[in-house]
Amino acid sequence: MTAAPSTFRFVSSHRRVREDRRFVAGQGRYVADIALEGMLHVAVLPSQHPAARIVSIDASTALAMPGVHYVLTGDELAGATDQLMNGLDTPHVKRFALAVGQTRYAGEWIAAVVADTRALAEDATEKLRVVYEPLPFVMKAEEALKPDSPPVHAAHGSNVLLDKLFVWGEVDRHFAESPRHLSFRVTWGRNSTVPIETFGVAASWDSWRDILDVWASIQMPKYPDQIARALRIPANNVRVHHDVDVGGSYGVKRGIKQSVLVAYLARRVGRPVRFIEDRLENMRSGDAHGPERIFDIDVAFNDDGVVKSMKIRALDNAGAYAGRAPFQLGKPIGAIVGPYKIESVQYRAQSVTTNKAMQEAVRGFGQAPTNYAIETAIDKVAAAVGLPRIEVRRRNFIRKDEFPYLIPSGSSYDSGDYHTVVEKVFKHADFDAMEQERDRLRASGMLAGIGIAACLEPSGGNSSFEPLLNEKNTTTTWMDSARINIDALGFVTVTIHTTSSGQGHETLVGTIIGEVLQIDPDLIRVIRPDTLACLPSNSPVGSRMAIMLGGAAFHAAQKLKTKLVRIAAHQFGCAEENVTFASGAASDTAGHSLSWAELVTIAHRNYHLLPRDMEPGLEATHVMQVPTGNKLPENGRVQMYPCHSFEFHLVLLAIDPDLGKPEIKRYVIGHDCGVVINPHIVRGMTLGGIAHGLGATLLEEFVYDEQGHLITQSFMDYLLPSSHEMPEVEIVHHCTPSPHTVFGQKGSGESGYLGSPAAISSAINDAVSPLGISFNKLPIRISAIGDAIADAQQGKPQEQAT
Amino acid sequence: MKVELRVNGVSRTADVEPRKTLLDTLRENFLLNGAHAGCEHGVCGACTVLVDGEPVRSCLMFAVQADGYEITTIEGLAPAPGELSVIQDAFCETHGLQCGYCTPGMILSAHALLQHTHTPSREEIVEAISGNICRCTGYGQIVEAVQFAAGRLQKSNALRPNHVSPGHHGAGHDAPEEGVLEADAPKEIV
Ligand code: FES
Ligand code: FES
Repeated sequence: MTAAPSTFRFVSSHRRVREDRRFVAGQGRYVADIALEGMLHVAVLPSQHPAARIVSIDASTALAMPGVHYVLTGDELAGATDQLMNGLDTPHVKRFALAVGQTRYAGEWIAAVVADTRALAEDATEKLRVVYEPLPFVMKAEEALKPDSPPVHAAHGSNVLLDKLFVWGEVDRHFAESPRHLSFRVTWGRNSTVPIETFGVAASWDSWRDILDVWASIQMPKYPDQIARALRIPANNVRVHHDVDVGGSYGVKRGIKQSVLVAYLARRVGRPVRFIEDRLENMRSGDAHGPERIFDIDVAFNDDGVVKSMKIRALDNAGAYAGRAPFQLGKPIGAIVGPYKIESVQYRAQSVTTNKAMQEAVRGFGQAPTNYAIETAIDKVAAAVGLPRIEVRRRNFIRKDEFPYLIPSGSSYDSGDYHTVVEKVFKHADFDAMEQERDRLRASGMLAGIGIAACLEPSGGNSSFEPLLNEKNTTTTWMDSARINIDALGFVTVTIHTTSSGQGHETLVGTIIGEVLQIDPDLIRVIRPDTLACLPSNSPVGSRMAIMLGGAAFHAAQKLKTKLVRIAAHQFGCAEENVTFASGAASDTAGHSLSWAELVTIAHRNYHLLPRDMEPGLEATHVMQVPTGNKLPENGRVQMYPCHSFEFHLVLLAIDPDLGKPEIKRYVIGHDCGVVINPHIVRGMTLGGIAHGLGATLLEEFVYDEQGHLITQSFMDYLLPSSHEMPEVEIVHHCTPSPHTVFGQKGSGESGYLGSPAAISSAINDAVSPLGISFNKLPIRISAIGDAIADAQQGKPQEQAT
Repeated sequence: MKVELRVNGVSRTADVEPRKTLLDTLRENFLLNGAHAGCEHGVCGACTVLVDGEPVRSCLMFAVQADGYEITTIEGLAPAPGELSVIQDAFCETHGLQCGYCTPGMILSAHALLQHTHTPSREEIVEAISGNICRCTGYGQIVEAVQFAAGRLQKSNALRPNHVSPGHHGAGHDAPEEGVLEADAPKEIV
C-alpha cells in the first residue's frame, strides 16, 4: 500500500486537535498552577564543587530566618528513604535526592530549604554554611575509563557502569573479505531537550487517610511505584494526579529525585510542599542532560559502496549517577544497521561515570546520536568509493519486498519502502535544480552544501534493552490501557492513564474510538484519573502512544461494539454476523434496526432484553501489550520494537565564509510513519523534532570548564533555536502501513530529531569540503565553523577534524 | 507595598514586596496563570504580557513598575468564556502549539503584531515571534497560524482599533465574524 486507506471517517482527517482550545486561552493547568491550602515552597542549595566530601552543614542561621520552616540534608534523607533505582546491576552506585556525604558534580543539591515563599527559601539557602573538602574529579569519559582516574563512586570500584560487547553475525569474516575499510570518530555533544517548563512537583501528605497526593510535571513509567519504594510506603498510599498538563518533556521529565524530596518534606513538615525548579536548578542539576557520546566506527565495504559489516564503539559520559544513561546505549540496538542491509555488526556499549550532571531519557533514547554515526559512515563510504551519497544509500537500503527484514541484532523490521520515499523527495525537491543552486551559491563565493540523511524511528517497544543490558532484569511486559464507559444517556467517556506533554493523546483516543464506534470524536470525553484509579500504563516513551494507547482504545471500543452487536442480534433473533453496525446504530438484513439510544437503553435498563450471560452496562477495558514484544533476549539478540518509521532528510545550506554562520536554504523531509491518525499532530512532531535536532547540531551544548563547573547554565549561553534559525520545512508523505498495529500506524514522536543532526552536519561537511575540512563533532557552532574556515584558508591544520 | 494595576481592563490592588516581579504578581496575587515562567531571565518569552499593547517580559518587570499601564494577559483575549479570539482560533486551526506552555506568550506577541498590520510578511511574523522560544513546534505551524489569522482579520471588514483592552472582557475586537473561511488543509505532497 502506498497511500493511506481512504475508508476512514475520522482517522487521518485534518481534524483540529482538541487539547489546543484550553491552551490558547491560557487555561492549561500546569504544576505551577497547583496552589494548595497552606502550601510551602522549596529551594535547594547547589554544590560549588565537582567533587568534595561534605564535612558539615550549619543551618542554624537559615533556620532562624522568619518564614523558614525546615532545612533538609542528605544524611537525614538517606536515613529515612531508600536509594533511587537505576535499573542497572550496580548496587554501590547509590543515588539520593540530595548529596550524601559527598558531592559528585557542581550543582548537585546539598540541602533543601522549606519556607513560606520561594523567595524566602532562596534567601535562606544563601545562609547555609557548608564545609567541603575538595576531592579530585574527572570530567571526560576517556579519562574516567583509565584505572587510575579519580573514582566517582569509590565503593563501585571503577568508573565503568556498563561495558558490553555484542557481536552479531560474522564480523571478522566480513571484515577480512571486504576489500575496503575505513575508520573514523564522531562525537555527540552533551545537550538535552530542555523543555520551556522546568520540572516541578507538589505533594501533600494526609496522615489520617494515609495518602500521599502528588502533582508533577511528569513523563515517567512506574512513577508512583518508584516514589513508594524510595519512601518505603505501600504503593497504594501514593496517588499521582495525571490531569496535570506538562509543559514539554521529550523524555526528560522523570523527576524522581525531586518527587521523593518533596514527598518526604511534605510529611516531615506536615504541610503541602511545592518545588518548581528554576532554570538554573533545571540546567545544572535537574538530572536532565542527554547523551554525550564518542563513537569509534569501522566500516567494511566493497568498491561498489556496499557495506558488509560495521564495528561501533559507543562511549557515553553518563555523569555522576547511573540513571537512564546506560540504557540509552541499548535502544539503538533495535535499529543498529539503520535502514541498511549490513550483514554483521560488532557493538561495544560503554557507559562511565564522571563529575558531570546526570542524564535522563532524551527524545529517541540514544537513537539520534547513533543515526548520526551511521549516516556519517555512509557519507564517508560514498566519498571513499567516489559515488554520490544517495547512490550508496540506494545500494544499501533494504528493499520493499524484503520486509519483514531481520537485522543481525534480532529485530525484525515490520515494513517500509525506502527507495520510493527517496524518489518522492528527490522529485519534490527537484534534486538537480538543488545541486545547480548549490553550485551557483558556490560560484558566488559562498560555501554551500547539500545534506542527506536517512534514518529509522523504532517505535512502540517494550524496553527489552533493559534485560539485554542487565540479565537480572526480566521485564517483557510493557503495557498501556484504556477504559471506555458509555453512560445511560449514551455519551462516551474514556479514561487514559498517563500524562501528556503535548502529544495530543485526547485527540488520538477520541479519533480512534470515534472511528470504531462511528460517532463524532468531539462528543467523546477523555479523562485522566489519578493513579489509584488507573489501569496499568507505561507513559508516553519510545514513540509508543499511537501504537499502544491507540491500540488499547481500539480494542476496548471493539469489545463494546461486539457487545452492542450481540444485544442487537439477540433482539433481531439473528446471528451476529448478520448485524451491521454503522453510524452508531445496528441493523440486520431483514430490515430491523436499533438506534444508539435504544441499544444503550437495553444495556443500562432492560436486563430482561439482554442475552442471558451478559453483564449489564456498557464498559470495556483493554490492556495492550507491545505487539511482537513477548520474549526475553536470546544470545544477545532481541526483538526490540514492533514498528519502524522511516524518514529521509534533504538539506541545502549556505555558509558565508566570513561569518561562519550556516543558513538553511531549503529543508525537505520525506516521512513514512504508516497510517497517520491526526496529520496536524504528526506534522507538529516532525517539525518540532527537526528544530530540536537543529539545536543539537548547531547550538546546544552543556559545557563544563576546567574547574568542573557548568558554564552554560541559562538561556543566555545554552542557545535554543528561535524562529529565525528554523527554516520552512517541506514534508513529503508516504504511507507504508505496519502489519502489527490496528490501523497500520507507526510511531512519530521522535521523528525529525533522529535524522536532522545527521542531515545538517552532512550539509555543512559538503559545504566546507572544497576547503579540505570536515566536522566530526556536534554541535558545530558558528565559532567553530568560522575558525576552521579561517585556519583552512591560511593553510593551518584544523583542530575539529581529529 | 501596595500597588494598583490595570489588568485586562480592571483595576486591581495587591500588596507586594518591591522585588516581586509582575509575572509572580499576576500569577500569585491575581491567579492569572496564563503567563508562564520559563527562564525568569528574559530570554524565552513564556511570561509575555502586553503593556500598553506592546509585548513585555513580565519576568523582567517588577509589579511596582507596572503602575499606570494597561496590562493585557492571555486571559484578556478571549471575548467570552469558551469563545476564542481570531488569533487564538487560528492557533487551533493550524495546531500552532503542542504542550501549550509557550502559547499564551506566543499569542500575545502575535496579537501585538496584528494590531499593527493585517498584512505581515513571513519575515515580519518570524521577527515578531523570535523572542518567544517554542521547544515543541519548530515554529512552522505557529507562523501559519499568524498568517491565517492575518488573512481572517483582513477579511473581517472590522475597523482596526488602535488600542488594546477595550473592555473588561478584553480584546473583543478580533472576534471571528460568522461564516468565516475555514483553513485550507495544509499543503500535502503525496
Ligand atoms: S520567563 Fe520571562 S522571558 Fe523567560
Ligand atoms: S508548545 Fe510547547 S513550548 Fe511551545
